[in-house]
Amino acid sequence: MQKLIAWIDARIPLTKVWDEHLAKYYAPKNFNFWYYFGSLAILVLVIQILTGIFLTMHYKPDSKLAFASVEYIMRDVPWGWLIRYMHATGASLFFVVIYLHMFRALLYGSHRSPRELLWIIGMLIYVALMAEAFMGYLLPWGNMSYWGAQVIISLFDAVPWVGPPVAEWIRGDFVISDATLNRFFSFHVIALPLALVGLVYLHIVALHKVGSNNPDGIEIKRHKDKNGVPLDGIPFHPYYSVKDMVAVTVFMMVFAAVMFFAPEMGGWFLERDNFVPVNPLQTPPEIKPLWYFTPYYSILRANTVNFFYIPGKLWGVFFMGLSLAMFFFLPWLDRSPVKSIRYRGWMYKTALTIFAISFIILGYLGTRPPEGIYKALAQICTILYFAFFFLMPWYTKYDKTKPEPDRVT
Amino acid sequence: MRRLCLSLFLVAASTVASAAALPPGVKQPQLEIDLGDQESLQRGARTFINYCLSCHSAAYMRYNRMGKDLGIDEELVKDNLLFAADKVGDLMKAVMPPEDAKVWFGTAPPDLTLVARSRGPEWLYLYMTGFHREGGRWDNIVFPDVAMPHVLYEWQGEQRAVFKTMEDGSKRFDRFELVRPGSMKKEEYDAAMRDLVNFFVYLGEPAKLVRYRIGVYVLIFLGVFLIFTYLLKREYWKQLH
Amino acid sequence: MSDESTDQTRRQLLAITTGLGLAGTVVASIPFVLSMQPSARTRALGAPVEVDISKLEAGQRLVFEWRGKPVWIVNRTKKMLDTLPGMASKLVDPSSDASEQPSYAQNEWRSIKPDILVLVGICTHLGCSPLAKFVKGAVSGLGRDWPGGFFCPCHGSLFDLAGRVYKDVPAPTNLVVPPHAYLSDTRIIVGLSPDEVEKNKNA
Repeated sequence: MQKLIAWIDARIPLTKVWDEHLAKYYAPKNFNFWYYFGSLAILVLVIQILTGIFLTMHYKPDSKLAFASVEYIMRDVPWGWLIRYMHATGASLFFVVIYLHMFRALLYGSHRSPRELLWIIGMLIYVALMAEAFMGYLLPWGNMSYWGAQVIISLFDAVPWVGPPVAEWIRGDFVISDATLNRFFSFHVIALPLALVGLVYLHIVALHKVGSNNPDGIEIKRHKDKNGVPLDGIPFHPYYSVKDMVAVTVFMMVFAAVMFFAPEMGGWFLERDNFVPVNPLQTPPEIKPLWYFTPYYSILRANTVNFFYIPGKLWGVFFMGLSLAMFFFLPWLDRSPVKSIRYRGWMYKTALTIFAISFIILGYLGTRPPEGIYKALAQICTILYFAFFFLMPWYTKYDKTKPEPDRVT
Repeated sequence: MRRLCLSLFLVAASTVASAAALPPGVKQPQLEIDLGDQESLQRGARTFINYCLSCHSAAYMRYNRMGKDLGIDEELVKDNLLFAADKVGDLMKAVMPPEDAKVWFGTAPPDLTLVARSRGPEWLYLYMTGFHREGGRWDNIVFPDVAMPHVLYEWQGEQRAVFKTMEDGSKRFDRFELVRPGSMKKEEYDAAMRDLVNFFVYLGEPAKLVRYRIGVYVLIFLGVFLIFTYLLKREYWKQLH
Repeated sequence: MSDESTDQTRRQLLAITTGLGLAGTVVASIPFVLSMQPSARTRALGAPVEVDISKLEAGQRLVFEWRGKPVWIVNRTKKMLDTLPGMASKLVDPSSDASEQPSYAQNEWRSIKPDILVLVGICTHLGCSPLAKFVKGAVSGLGRDWPGGFFCPCHGSLFDLAGRVYKDVPAPTNLVVPPHAYLSDTRIIVGLSPDEVEKNKNA
């Protein structure tokens, strides 16, 4: 066995990579619950690719055949129903994991220097993932697939001058049609997965260059022993590989519970209106995206006031885009001398709490019609959402922080 | 923290399940869908094939799959249940060509394979029991101005809908009145419709027959596996001071 | 706790956990592997085909499709059957030892009943469908001594009236006889053997 490894090592740096990134990659020893979601995200990516490969064997990306091919998978393909539910459940759980993963960063300052690029690559992964999910949802060619895509692509229409030709270029037709379905299939099956895998690779490269952050927000590389090993570090393998296996098992139990007992999740994961084929002449009573897009959908619909000769609809598009773009600026908006929430003052704790609650409320409001109290609440929460970012340079600078410890706790 | 998130999630999940709201005064029925009751499913299948399949297709279900799932012998399926199909492996298409149906009814009768997943079993039950006679034509309490006639009126008889007028002038459904009795008593007909709805739930998702049981086995295995992964983790981490 | 017993426990736990994990992974991969098996739609499309031969006259052939392939049923006259015994010297595999047919069709007529021949109409060379050349003699364009049989236009392979391949032609083996059975004197089912038909009747 040793000889085999030596043979490989002379040709590919197998042992070097194993050491640098697993057996001798030193991660902080105080990782908690919030640190499981990175490896869980990789797990879900692998599950989606695997189930996606097998679904693509039977799915037909043709507007006349797509809907029937999904039912073919559910009934005629042996175990097809399992693979389909796995893919749909995986899509929703992917976003659960990612949102928790991102929230960890906000808690412990993982977006701060020297991890700004790591954060930006992560944000690019998030945007790519949203595109991937959006395109994937058109593929079953159900009525909600169609009308949901119709609404979102018509947002491009709202942009003056360039909008309509761009929307037509995206659709490949004057309305969403077979042409759109085919190209979304191409993006969903190969273009975006390739981009995602590449970005995830870069994400890990960026992480391993700087080393992981930790719940205390202090840099463990500051105190190393005589061998250059951080005093508060432990090798990723075997400690975190074995600890992550526990998290993986718990996660698989949640996955299995959803997949086998409630794959529709009451309409949250698989919408009822999508069990009806596309009908361009009949809109579903309530068009709504799947739950992971609803916060942004809320922000989009909250803007109804025509302002400075720009129609409310266009302001909605603008603010929806801005709500996503703000994340990219986070490393530079945050002026606090400390990274982790453990040592921040009441201002940041309040701001983050309000932000998280507004995000969740906006998410819920995205499933309700934008009228009356729902509309007013959406507008308030949108303002609170943006306040988190716009006021950050001020409240992070003047917040009363606690002194950071020298070593992890 | 984790439990809070989970319970919040489950509460929210139940609120989204509502499809279009019911007309005022119409109450959501309490249905017990039991896909383990093969006889109920068989009765429902018989009703569907004898009365619905002439106009409505179930184009994603095969005869032999239905026979196998419902415990009906393939020879019986071939002799008694094959409508507008030659072979037992064929899909359950409607007898009437959709183009003809569109001419006769003004709209093509929709395929019903997935109707239980898009409308929900409660709505289906209200629909099948909610036909009433209104000024010379059939209407339905949950589907106003429906183009479909009351195919099962010989069983249920003819009902009339009684509405109460509210203070603001709107109409609120009060009750049905039987104008002309059918061959079945109300309890009989309602039970037959429960069987039919039971069948529709099966038709919409045959995998439902197996996925709960498999889920239990998977969770048991993962539970055992969890014990060992946890013990392994504890064993390795013991040596860190 | 001594180092050795710690090591023992650790090794045991690792072995059990890895064992369970591998077993779980294998079981989890089964649905994926099975999903590549022929689906219900494929099985329905490839289902056995029933044919009515009541109108098939002597000396005639009928052609139909089974599993995407052309299948022939020939009603052979006595004269056609009489040509078969004398053919042996001209054929590569006169007793069909190297060719594909069900056991009940490995006989002098390559069929269950002598007069009714069932063949898959695909040349065993490269897959073209041979032409029927039943008329004896020069009229068929295959020489004065032509006793009747099949001729493949693609590369010139020749087969006799039992589908057996001639020597010195590109095709290596006799035409394939598919599994088939008699449901009655006038109804043949292609795609099922006689014992499978019996089993279905008694099920």
